[in-house]
Amino acid sequence: MTHATDSGPTPVLALDGVSKSFGAVRALRGVSLELLPGEVHALAGENGAGKSTLIKILAGVHRPDAGRVLLDGAAAAFHGPADARDAGIAVIYQEPTLFPDLSIAENIFMGRQPRRALGLLDHRAMLTATAALMARLGVALDPERPARGLSIADQQIVEIAKALSFDARVLIMDEPTAALTGSEVARLFAVVRTLREQGAAVLFISHRLEEIFAIAQRVTTLRDGAWIASEPVDGMTEDDLVRRMVGRDLDELYPKQDVVPGEVALSVRRLTREGVFTDVSFEVRRGEIVGLAGLVGAGRTEVARAVFGVDRWDGGEVDLDGRRLVNGAPSVAMAAGLALVPEDRRAQGLVMGMSIERNIALTGLRTTVRAGLMDRAAERRRSVDWAVRLRVKHARIADAVSTLSGGNQQKVVLAKWLATGPKVLIVDEPTRGIDVGTKAEVHRLLGELAADGVAIVMISSDLPEILGMADRVLVMHEGRIAAEIPRAEATEEAVMAAATGRAA
Amino acid sequence: MTVTTPTPTPATEVPSSNGARLVDRVFKMRELAILVVFLAMIAITQAGNSEFLSEQGIKDLLLNATILVLVATGQALVVITRNVDLSVGSTLGISAFAAGTYLQGGGSSVVAVLLAVALGIGCGLLNGALVSLGQVPALVVTLGTLYIIRGVDSIWVGSRQITAADLPGGFVDFGSGGVFAVPYLALIALAVLVATAFCLKHLGGGRELYALGSNPEAARLAGIPLRRRILTAYTVCGALTGLAGALYLARFGNVDSATGNGYELTVVSAVVVGGVVFTGGSGSVYGAALGALLLTSINSVLPALGVSSVWVMAINGFLLVLAIAVDRVVALRVARALRKRAVSSSNGRSGRRA
Repeated sequence: MTHATDSGPTPVLALDGVSKSFGAVRALRGVSLELLPGEVHALAGENGAGKSTLIKILAGVHRPDAGRVLLDGAAAAFHGPADARDAGIAVIYQEPTLFPDLSIAENIFMGRQPRRALGLLDHRAMLTATAALMARLGVALDPERPARGLSIADQQIVEIAKALSFDARVLIMDEPTAALTGSEVARLFAVVRTLREQGAAVLFISHRLEEIFAIAQRVTTLRDGAWIASEPVDGMTEDDLVRRMVGRDLDELYPKQDVVPGEVALSVRRLTREGVFTDVSFEVRRGEIVGLAGLVGAGRTEVARAVFGVDRWDGGEVDLDGRRLVNGAPSVAMAAGLALVPEDRRAQGLVMGMSIERNIALTGLRTTVRAGLMDRAAERRRSVDWAVRLRVKHARIADAVSTLSGGNQQKVVLAKWLATGPKVLIVDEPTRGIDVGTKAEVHRLLGELAADGVAIVMISSDLPEILGMADRVLVMHEGRIAAEIPRAEATEEAVMAAATGRAA
Repeated sequence: MTVTTPTPTPATEVPSSNGARLVDRVFKMRELAILVVFLAMIAITQAGNSEFLSEQGIKDLLLNATILVLVATGQALVVITRNVDLSVGSTLGISAFAAGTYLQGGGSSVVAVLLAVALGIGCGLLNGALVSLGQVPALVVTLGTLYIIRGVDSIWVGSRQITAADLPGGFVDFGSGGVFAVPYLALIALAVLVATAFCLKHLGGGRELYALGSNPEAARLAGIPLRRRILTAYTVCGALTGLAGALYLARFGNVDSATGNGYELTVVSAVVVGGVVFTGGSGSVYGAALGALLLTSINSVLPALGVSSVWVMAINGFLLVLAIAVDRVVALRVARALRKRAVSSSNGRSGRRA
């Protein structure tokens, strides 16, 4: 342990000169990290910097090629996730990993259920313990409810309950706030602070810099798999941190261009889907970026899906450029000039095993046809053109999109939809889980599109993004539009007040 | 690490999600529904033909179901893990013939049964190893082993045939005997069924089968030994199929190289009709057994009602499609109900906040 200071406490968990390669890709190169009890330690770095690999080594999923994992100062070898868990390490992944068919109680105790004599499971003890955990976390979730249908925030609560249930000393949270907003983040942070005060070591990963400053005491930065710095958060500025992450000064993060809005491009009137959203009306003009804010589950994504025609609506109407759209018909919406960049790029936006070229070409299958057959050359021209325009970083255009980083995958989704030449573009969480560098590029692109007269609806849980990019902010609360706030008056407080149902 | 409540406990409890109860009830009802259909069918048949539920009638009904119940129980384990075993028909055939050959040479009945089970375990291990190690879709792998095992069986058996006359009298008598109207074979199947259901519910390994069928990635992260569990599921399925092979021999006394041909499709139908979801993670062996009972009963019901047995296949197919359609409709309804509950409960939550 070369890094341990003489006076400081022994790190609960530490990495010492750890390297890891996957084939030719060197994911980590000689990275060291110390997690101290009673401290929240942030891990910063762009996508592809090696954060996920580092977490997976701590979690026992991967074994390091070189270097050591130290547990209480002694070298430890984890042969699998169960070993790490037994050592008191709990990992909460970006996308909660629950069993949809099993109850919340079974989810929490899977793999280490309480036993009675003869190794039989003690179902009652499991339910009682789960109810106690939920009470400690201050949430009302029925232990017997199946995990299917839980909101992301509630799924994370289940994951945290799981960590509490085995008295985790180390809590690793991989972008836990990516899908949360407002009060949910506050609730999460309250839990994290309590754990910290009780002596747990927390490793916290987030792309939202302000969260790192809000919750962490120290921050370690990675860039391209290499350790850059470990330092106290006090006295640092967001710009300092960004410089460490990207290795250069960043262009402005919200390059908003001032555009005079044109005529109405999208008009949604009294749209209702029973039990999901009610009486939603709004207009978007050409050249305008309208931010759609609200808590997760407020119905923002659902409105977008209904407008695009993926889900049916029960009442109301949608006009695009004066053309009435048909309920439940995405092809009509597309033909009219509507494009939807979905929330979950891996599941909804891309065919992961298919090439970059083919993914971009998917939306143009009807336009790149000659004599009834696919015109491969035209398809390739179109794809290459858009890949270049969006600066997609790739080896070959024929590579599978699964080989790209998250940010570049998102660019491919954008390229796929921009290639249709949309008049109205709906983007749902366009920068979730994307590094700062790419984020700025996506924002620049949205700004340019608006300047070209595209009407843009931007759904986002990232308040600075909404405030930085939108001309107008619509706030949804429990399936209704709770407020419409012009750019000049939009503040975090105003948006959050409306999103949480407090009268603005 | 004890955590004192970090956020204030809500003064008013959110109406403790009735959604869960609803879902729970639906799945219990799923098995109940098959039972109701079965009983209705039996009642109608009895009304049309009073001979139907004679002692012999009941005995035949149970005897016919026994073999399928056993194999469906094993298959349910595999399907719960999001896999499938298409080689059960071949395994049944080869283990029945092996037991028969051994008995022909004058062996003991118990050893014959053990031999069949051992052979089934061997086939199960082969399937399990290929599926869990090869990471190849089970549908394809077990389609391959279906032909391999059937091929080995055909080469070995040739045109030979085992008939009841070749078997010891005690063995054959056991196959048709019983306590009153309940055949011994049915009692064996029932015992196996109850034991399997108990293990699934009360052993960690049993719950882990559901877990890995429900979300394999999450199961891996929870430290569940995926390969070992899948191997276990296939091995148990093979063992039960081998046992079913021995019982088949005892019941029919007649085995040749075609025995069990095409049986896998009947088994999979029974499992699905019984409410074991084909994409894994949910369903029960009781459901699968009820599905098996329902499907085999149709074979007895139609002749009793004077309907030609050519209808059997069409009706089985119809039941299968109906079962899947009902499952789908119920799933959509439940999703809708959960959605509405979520909205109303979050309304309640915000009410507190305001």
